[in-house]
Amino acid sequence: MGEKTLTRMDLSEAVFREVGLSRNESAELVESVLQHMSDTLVGGEQVKISSFGTFSVREKAARVGRNPKTGEEVPIQPRRVLTFRPSHLMKDRVAAGNKR
Amino acid sequence: MIRSELIQKIADENPHLFQRDVERIVNTIFEEITNAMARGDRVELRGFGAFSVKKRDARTGRNPRTGESVEVEEKHVPFFKTGKLLRDRLNGK
Repeated sequence: MGEKTLTRMDLSEAVFREVGLSRNESAELVESVLQHMSDTLVGGEQVKISSFGTFSVREKAARVGRNPKTGEEVPIQPRRVLTFRPSHLMKDRVAAGNKR
Repeated sequence: MIRSELIQKIADENPHLFQRDVERIVNTIFEEITNAMARGDRVELRGFGAFSVKKRDARTGRNPRTGESVEVEEKHVPFFKTGKLLRDRLNGK
């Protein structure tokens, strides 16, 4: 198993190699893809990337939580959380690639 | 929003690029993330989130229809954790 951590830089390097734009422009395009995805999700709309997966926003109701250290009850406000559901293709590729 | 709409938005903002290049750019980004996870690597995109691989131990499962026991092998599954900035933005902070 790999255990390496890739960043934006690795993604823009891949775009640079694939399309042959400048490194600078490749980095800007990676950023703009992430920005469009974020903005769409913040607007409450899901982002569905075929053969990759689906990002969706879920509303969580208010509940009473507990500080695990002190046992004190604390109210948790209603909030929106993001969930990612990987596509079957991604699940299969990740399972196959990491099989011992 | 689906993949083709994302591609269209990027294409509209970059009229100097060919549509087919924009497609390759967007596809490369997602392909690169999947490839990294298939190798067992993590992809950390600050502000957006991090993709990683989680190991699920082998277990004895049950066929829900017949109630029969089945051995489920150890497997690895993709996992995404939302970044702090995006989590805050979703909640209007």
